[in-house]
Parts: sequence; structure tokens; C-alpha cells
Amino acid sequence: MSILDSKIPEGDVALKWSKHKSEIKVVSPANKRKLEVIIIGTGLGGGAAAAALGELGYNVKVFCISDSPRRAHSIAAQGGINAAKNYQNDNDSVYRLFYDTIKGGDYRAREANVYRLAEVSNNIIDQCVAQGVPFARDYGGLLDNRSFGGAQVSRTFYARGQTGQQLLLGAYAALNRQIAKGSVKSYPRHEMLDVVLVDGKAKGIIARDLTTGKIERFGAHAVVIASGGYGNVFFLSTNAMNSNGSAAWQVYKKGAMFANPCFTQIHPTCIPVHGTQQSKLTLMSESLRNDGRIWVPKKKEDVEKIRKKQIKPSQIAEEDRDYYLERRYPAFGNLVPRDVASRAAKERCDAGFGVNETGLAVFLDFKTSIERLGKNVIAERYGNLFQMYEKITDVNPYEEPMQIYPAVHYTMGGIWVDYNLMTTVPGLYAIGEANFSDHGANRLGASALMQGLADGYFVLPYTIGDYLAKMIQVPKTDTNSPEFEEAEKAVKAKIEKLMNINGQKSVDDIHKALGNIMWDNVGMARTKESLEKAIAEIPKLREEFWKNVRVPGSAEDFNQELEKALRLADFLELGELMARDALNRNESCGGHFREEYQTEEGETLRDDENYAYVAVWEYKGDGQAPELHKEDLKFEAIKIAQRNYKD
Amino acid sequence: MSFLWKSSIGRKLVMSVTGICFILFLLFHMAMNLVSIFSPAMYNVICTILGANWYTLIATGVLAAGFFIHILYAFYLTLQNRKARGVERYAAGQKNPGYVTWASKNMLVLGLIVLGGLLIHLFNFWAKMQLVEVLGGHENSLGFHPTNGAALILYTFSNIVYVIIYLIWLGALWFHMAHGFWSALQTIGWTNTVWLSRVKCLSTILATIICLGFAAVVVFYFAVSLGCGGACGL
Amino acid sequence: MNLKLKIWRQKNAKEKGRMEDYTVENISPDTSFLEMLDILNNNLIHEGKEPIAFDHDCREGICGMCSLYINGRAHGPEDDITTCQLHMRRFKDGDTIYIEPWRSRAFPVIKDLVVDRSSYDKILQAGGFISVNTGGVPDGNAIPIPKPDAEESMDAAACIGCGACVATCKNGSAMLFVSARVSSLAKLPQGRVEAVRRAKAMVAKMDELGFGNCTNTTACEQECPKGISILHIARLNREFLSAKLKD
Repeated sequence: MSILDSKIPEGDVALKWSKHKSEIKVVSPANKRKLEVIIIGTGLGGGAAAAALGELGYNVKVFCISDSPRRAHSIAAQGGINAAKNYQNDNDSVYRLFYDTIKGGDYRAREANVYRLAEVSNNIIDQCVAQGVPFARDYGGLLDNRSFGGAQVSRTFYARGQTGQQLLLGAYAALNRQIAKGSVKSYPRHEMLDVVLVDGKAKGIIARDLTTGKIERFGAHAVVIASGGYGNVFFLSTNAMNSNGSAAWQVYKKGAMFANPCFTQIHPTCIPVHGTQQSKLTLMSESLRNDGRIWVPKKKEDVEKIRKKQIKPSQIAEEDRDYYLERRYPAFGNLVPRDVASRAAKERCDAGFGVNETGLAVFLDFKTSIERLGKNVIAERYGNLFQMYEKITDVNPYEEPMQIYPAVHYTMGGIWVDYNLMTTVPGLYAIGEANFSDHGANRLGASALMQGLADGYFVLPYTIGDYLAKMIQVPKTDTNSPEFEEAEKAVKAKIEKLMNINGQKSVDDIHKALGNIMWDNVGMARTKESLEKAIAEIPKLREEFWKNVRVPGSAEDFNQELEKALRLADFLELGELMARDALNRNESCGGHFREEYQTEEGETLRDDENYAYVAVWEYKGDGQAPELHKEDLKFEAIKIAQRNYKD
Repeated sequence: MSFLWKSSIGRKLVMSVTGICFILFLLFHMAMNLVSIFSPAMYNVICTILGANWYTLIATGVLAAGFFIHILYAFYLTLQNRKARGVERYAAGQKNPGYVTWASKNMLVLGLIVLGGLLIHLFNFWAKMQLVEVLGGHENSLGFHPTNGAALILYTFSNIVYVIIYLIWLGALWFHMAHGFWSALQTIGWTNTVWLSRVKCLSTILATIICLGFAAVVVFYFAVSLGCGGACGL
Repeated sequence: MNLKLKIWRQKNAKEKGRMEDYTVENISPDTSFLEMLDILNNNLIHEGKEPIAFDHDCREGICGMCSLYINGRAHGPEDDITTCQLHMRRFKDGDTIYIEPWRSRAFPVIKDLVVDRSSYDKILQAGGFISVNTGGVPDGNAIPIPKPDAEESMDAAACIGCGACVATCKNGSAMLFVSARVSSLAKLPQGRVEAVRRAKAMVAKMDELGFGNCTNTTACEQECPKGISILHIARLNREFLSAKLKD
């Protein structure tokens, strides 16, 4: 047996979670008071987990890098959250949500986890309503739904275009309630720089107070990583500027294995890049694809005229427009999953039909919907998104179609966890985007919010009890132990080294270079050659970073450049692992598209015989190649099949 | 009831309630003054009724107390607000967009002008009318009977200096009330989606009616004084 | 575009700060305001100087992390957006731009343009929640909510906690922020249960933290990037006063 024990319960997939819950240990209230848990991150996963564990009576310490837990990047999710409520009577069910998620993930997710996710999805909606999340409602006062990519039912709950914000504010409010009660202590503007293991178990962290620069130690009985994804390895992404993979990378270097790092989601509806001075890409919600139609001109002459701004896109006649998603995927049309939509856009642009100066943009048009529903309905549904688009681009989307292009958005890969969400390090957990478990090779829209809250409210609070039940005799962690001493010393040495390089390049210079390598070679389309090139180039860039970066200011002070430098140091290692993983996976699936492996129609070509496994990487030391372990994926409830969104 | 001085909304409630009382008083006072245009004799009858009776004295006392509280709170709130603002100021100033009214940002200054005007007014009229009565006198320093308000009006507003002072005073009062009335209702919580713009409109109308009413009397009597070369008596 | 910048520099909370002059050149009008600052910072690093600290994160106008008082207005000259959504096409070549931190006693400067807004967290901790534990709640559709109420609640819930209302208020009052939360929950049946206690607790905490008194200048609603209306303040006043009168 492999060293990976996923601890998936036996039995029918629909009964696994109930069975498991009844079998795992619980901790008595009196003992919970004696136990401490550290949570890194305050997004939907971390915020919800901190609140839920605080309610249960554990002593929780929660850390975030922003000035308030409410800033976590979950807040930026626009479209909605899925749940199998079947309020629309369109024959939705837990099974269908489970099936859609496995299929959407191109059969690279773990069945048991996904079924559990679908199962608790309904509880999330109830919980959020009770917390006062103002979901959209019908005139009858009941909850409203919209459709999202990869589904043929309407199961997405939403709060205008700010669903992530509202759900996060719900979790943040629950967290605030616990902070006021004293069961949770919050540490804003604190960044975890290392995890501390004592006797092989996660027992605490080393963190930097970002305001004062002070390095501090925190001990606990268990540590939960909820620090989100690592999309910023590409420099330009839809992630927040401060989103980073450092917490995940530090635990990887301490023994937690990293799964499927190459599974990155490229979101089809982002505002195209405008120039080299850009720092950030902006996402336009997938919900726009509900009513927007994606097209490029059929004729190259029209493309030329549009690029030269000789004609407006709205002037192109209906018969001269190529609604390529509707053409290629009649059953799902504009609502195909994200990876499919992204690649289709790339295909058209590569064929020379891109509609902006750079040739890297397609249209998202609301003309038909405005004619059908009226401007008011469209404004009610997407008003804030339209406004945001106009502010950024100076184009009014009520009159002219939006221009969109795919951009890096989400990382399905992450820290490997078992069914209990525990990593390969005892006492160390990973939840939300930081782990790998639920989305396979591609995540469906409105499922990230679902996973974060499912893990935080309804899974981790149960499963962590199973571990903590064994800790009730263990006293509070002594942060003066040699392990803490050593970890702190290492962190300080790393910071000192960075501060003393005093080279010629800024952190952003090198980050941009890394982003270019990643996007060109490990981006939307990958080849053996491109990946080998990336594996050769990234170490060189890393070397340059450690020789030639300049971090101004002082380490004993508020220093944003130092924060960025520490994160980039980790991205420079993580990027290489992504390339290695992508090179190892000789197939195309979901967001991972190897040009060598495609069908005649340009769709992903999976190799279920050889690659129906989770690639799990173990750190073997600096400069050493990581070791690959495999967790075989068994499909018992669903028959593995070629993904089909055509009919 | 400690929230009336301990909490910010409580303090604002005190400002609002006292402020609304003054507006009601001013409305009454203005209506009364207008009578003097149409019938000075009738006006003097009102002055007699509102002389040194127990009910008017109580009302005057309440009004004075209200005024005192309103002013005291104004200073207290402003002091707190300045403190809350912090030490540094914006180097580029604050360029709030148009509809953040000038009045709303200068209520204390406007209030001080109003207070100054009030002191002059008390000296001009109240000290020569009700106060004289209270002290038991039958003739004020100008030789008029204390209930002969109409004569006093003509006397005062035959002086161009007073006319100008009073008109400036009324101008300040207009701004103060135009913001103060709707602001008071907002503080009490009597505004909503439909009524906010209506209340704001009402506020402007009310302030305009009150100030025009008062100004009409000032201007009318100044014109009368011009008509008789400043030598007419009543 | 070439621009002159006057930017507040302050080493830390204790030391005194001052305005300093900078220039940036060849800025594309499509660049966002914060990208312009990124460019300036990159130049400063190459010149061996310390870059300007400023808070920012999502750059999509939703996280509420960015701030900045630009040319005398919170979040810059355009209405209904945050600083990160402001683009340089809003300025003219050769313009001088003043960039300052939020100024309020309750938001002390941490460094340069970064301020400490933890007082907002404290207000919400005082009562900005509905006291339900995880699990054991009724079905989402068991509590019908009239659409207009849900919409109004959502209007108020759009608050991103950026602090522009306090920064722009001549009284340093946090009433718009507090009222947005109180009003959002007060409009929902789930939130009514604790509405009285919530209004009292949050106002008391707001007062304790040294925010000023609202004088209804309406500057806050004009500068609020999410267009939150002062009508929520009226609702807070109502909630608070009726709670106090019942005491």
C-alpha cells in the first residue's frame, strides 16, 4: 500500500459520511476548553472553521495577513454558491450535484469527498440564511437561483454580483461573535512563515507581525491551513495582490505532501490584458454567461476593422458572427465549463480572430438578452458588473459587447489531505482552496464558495475532533521548546539573507519574469518541450532572485517589499513543482491541457488507464527532486467517461 | 435617560428636539410679526397678551433653557467632532461634491451668527418689552410703553444699520434652518426612501417662509420709515 | 502621461509625517491608479529609495483594503468606486495629484498611506452578527423574506468597510458604517430578534472608540464607493432611540 492513506470509509458513497461521522471520536465540552487550534486564513474556509470551532468551545487563534478577517479573497467571488436544494423543481439532487462536480472536474477528484460536499451543500444555504446573508429572492419571498457553467439545472444561490462578499461577511460575523466571546483570538496583519512540528506532529507556527516586523511563536494542539490558492505564481491573475502560496509551501517543506500542483483553472471571462504595466487582472463573473453570448467575427476583414477601430462590434451583422460555443457545444452552449470555454477562446484567438489590438480577446454580448428581457432586467442582474467593466475599460457594455479573455483564476491542486482533511503531517489540516480534494482537474463555477464553507462549517469541526480526542491529556504547547527555537532561527536567517542581498532587481521585476515563464510554458496549453523549458528556466530565475533582488527598508518595520519577497521566494519553488507535475501527467484533463494529448476536435484527451490518480509530491530537500506518490482514484458510484458537453 | 448625554445619538436627539422647538417658535413669532404689517394695533394686543404673564414667562424660561442646552451641546459636539477628526488635516483640503451643502458643514458658525443676532434682538426688543414689564416698569428706555411693540419695530428698523444686521441674521438663520430641520428629522429617524427628499424640500420651504416673513416686517418698516422721513410715530 | 505627485510619507505611528514630491512619466491612460503607484514604487526601489506603503488587495473594488484620499476626495475624483477601480484616464497630462491617508483619530497611520482600521472590527464584534451557532437552523426557505426587504438589506450589506465615510466626514463619524450593518440585519426577520441589543451595543462601542457625532452633512454617502444611503443612518437612529425609550 502506498504511504498515502486516504481513510475513505467503506460502503455506499451516499452513506460514507454518515457512517464516518458516527465512527469518529468526539471531545467533551470540558476537554474542548483545554485544546487550542491555530487557523491560518480567514476566508470562507478559515473564517467558517474558526467560528465553528469557537462555537464548539475550542480555543482558536486565527491569523490573516490583511488588516481585518473580512478582506480575505473569498470576498471577490461574484456569481454564487451551488447547493442541491432542488428549489426550482428541475430534478436536481445531491447525486446530480455530485455527478456534475466529478464530471466537471474531468474525473480527477475523489468521489467520497465530492459526494460529501454535495451532501452538506444544502446545510450551507440554511446556515447562511440564518446568519442573515441577503440572498436574492423571488416576489414570493423565497430564495432565487441562477444557472452556472457545467450544469443543466438552476442551483446557484446568489446575492447580486457579490455572493462571496455576503457569504464571507456571514462567516466573519460568526467569527466576530466568537472573538467577542473570547473563544477565538484574532491576529490580523500576521503572516505565518513556518509551521513547527514536535515529535512529527503540527504543534504551532512562527508568524511575523506585519506591522512591527516582530517574529512571534504560537503553539496549539492542531494547525489548520486555510490560506487559499497559489494562482499568483503567474504574477498576473485574478487573485488578490496579497494572495500567496507560502503557508502551503512551508508545510510542504515540513512534510505535508502537495497534490496535483499543475491543476490550475483559467477563467474564461476576464478583462483582457492592456499592457506591460499591469499588476492585476479583473474577473467578470461567470454568471454573465447566463445571458451573455460569446462570439468573434466570422470574417477576418471584420476582425481587422475592429482592431483598427474602423467599425464598432455592434455594427457586425448577425450572420457574420461566430457564436463558437453555441456552434461547438449545442447542449450547453455558452454555459460549458470554464476550461472548455477558455480553450475555445484561445483556439479562436490563435486562429487569428482575436478582437483587440493584442489579438487576445473575444466578445461577450448582451444584445440578445437586452432585446429579450429589457435593459432593466439585465441591469438588475449584472448592474454592478457592467459598471465595473465600464470603469475599467471605458466601454459601455449595454451598447457594445464586452471584451474578455481567459486568465488564471483558481488552483484545484493543493496540499494533499485525507477524508478527514488532515495532511500527511499529523495534526496539520488543510481546507478550502488550499487543499486539493474536491474539484479534480477543473472546478465548476459557484463551487469554490461551497467547498470553503462545507469544509469550514460542516466537515473540519467534526473530523478534527477525531484527532483532538487523542490530545486531551496533552498540555498546552510550550513555545520555548528547541523545535520552536530552531524554526524561529531559520525564519530570521531567511529574512536576514533577503534583506542583505541588496541587488539590482525589484521583487516585482523577478515576479513578472516568473509570471511570463509560467504563462508561456505552464499556462493554458502545455507541451513536453515547454514544461522542460520551464523546469530549466525557473531555477535560474530563482538563483538570480537570491543573488540580485533588492528588498529596501528594514525587517523590523512595516515592510511590504519584504512580505512580497518572502512570498516570491516560495513561488519560485512552487512554479517548478507545477511544471514537474504537468510534465509527469501525460494526458489532458480539465484545466491541464497538454497539446500532445487532444482529440481531433481539440478536446482534452484523458488517459484513464495510466493517469487516474492524484499525483502527490513529497519534498526531499533543497535542490533534490521531489518524490512522486500516487493515490489511485476509484470510481464506484460514477462510471468514468469522456466528458461531453455537446448533447 | 443618561443616553441623552452619554451617547452620540442621544446628544443629537437633544439638538434635534430643541432645534425643532425653536423652529416652531420662530414660525409662531414670524406669524405674529406679520400682523404688525396689517394692523399695528392688533400687534400690540398680541404683545399685551404675551406680556409678563405666568404662562408666557414659563414659555420664555423653557425657550431660554432650550436655547442654552442647544448651544451648550453644539459646542460640546463640535469639540468632540474636532477631536475625532484627528490632528492632521488634508493638505489638498476636502473637495466634497456639490450636494454636501455648505450649511451642513458650517452649522456652528451659522449658529454663532444666529446667536449674535439673537443677543442684539433681545437687547432691541425683549429688554425693552417683557423685561421691563417683569421689572414692574411702565415705560422703557425709549419712552414707549412696554407693550407697544409696533412703535419699537418702527423705531428699530428706521435705522439702516439694524436693517442690514437683521437681514444678515435672517440669512444665517435660513441656512441654519434649511439644514437643521431635515437634519433633525433624520436624527430622530423620521425619514425614509420616500420622505427623505420631501423632508429636505420641506426644510427649505419652511426656512424660506420663516425668513421671508421676518424680513418682510423689517423691510416694510424700513420703507415706512423712509416714507415719513424717519419722523413718524405711532 | 507625466504627473507630479504629492504623497504623504510617515515612517510609523509615532513619528511626524510630511508631504513629499514625486514624478512619474509615460503612464498609459489605461493604467489603474494603483498600478501607477506600483510603477512609482518600482522606480523608487531601483533608485535605492524606500517605496511608498499603501494598502491594497483584491483590486476589484470589493475587499475594502485600499483607501487613499486623492486630490481632496476619498477614493479619488470619481463617484461610486474604490481607489483600485480608478484609472489614470481620469487625469490630465501634467496634473499634480495629492495622495494622503485617511485622516481620523480612530484610524491612526501605521506607515505612509496605511492606516489602522481595527476599530471597525471592534464595532462589529460588539454586535454586528446574528447569534446562531453552526447547524440546527431551519431550512433556507422556511423564512420567507419580502423581496423589497431582501433588496434593502442587500443595499446596506454592500458595505466593504473601507473607511471612506469616516475619512471624508468632517466629524470623523462612523455612523454610515455602523448603520449599514445594523440596517442590513434589521431588515431581515432573522436579524429582528436581536435588533435592539445590536443597535445599542454597536453605538456604544462606536462612541467609546472616539468616532465623532453625525451632523448629517451627507458627505459619507456621496463618497461611499458602494453608494450606501444615509437612510440607513435614519434607521439606526430609529432603532437606537426606540430601544433607549423602552429601557
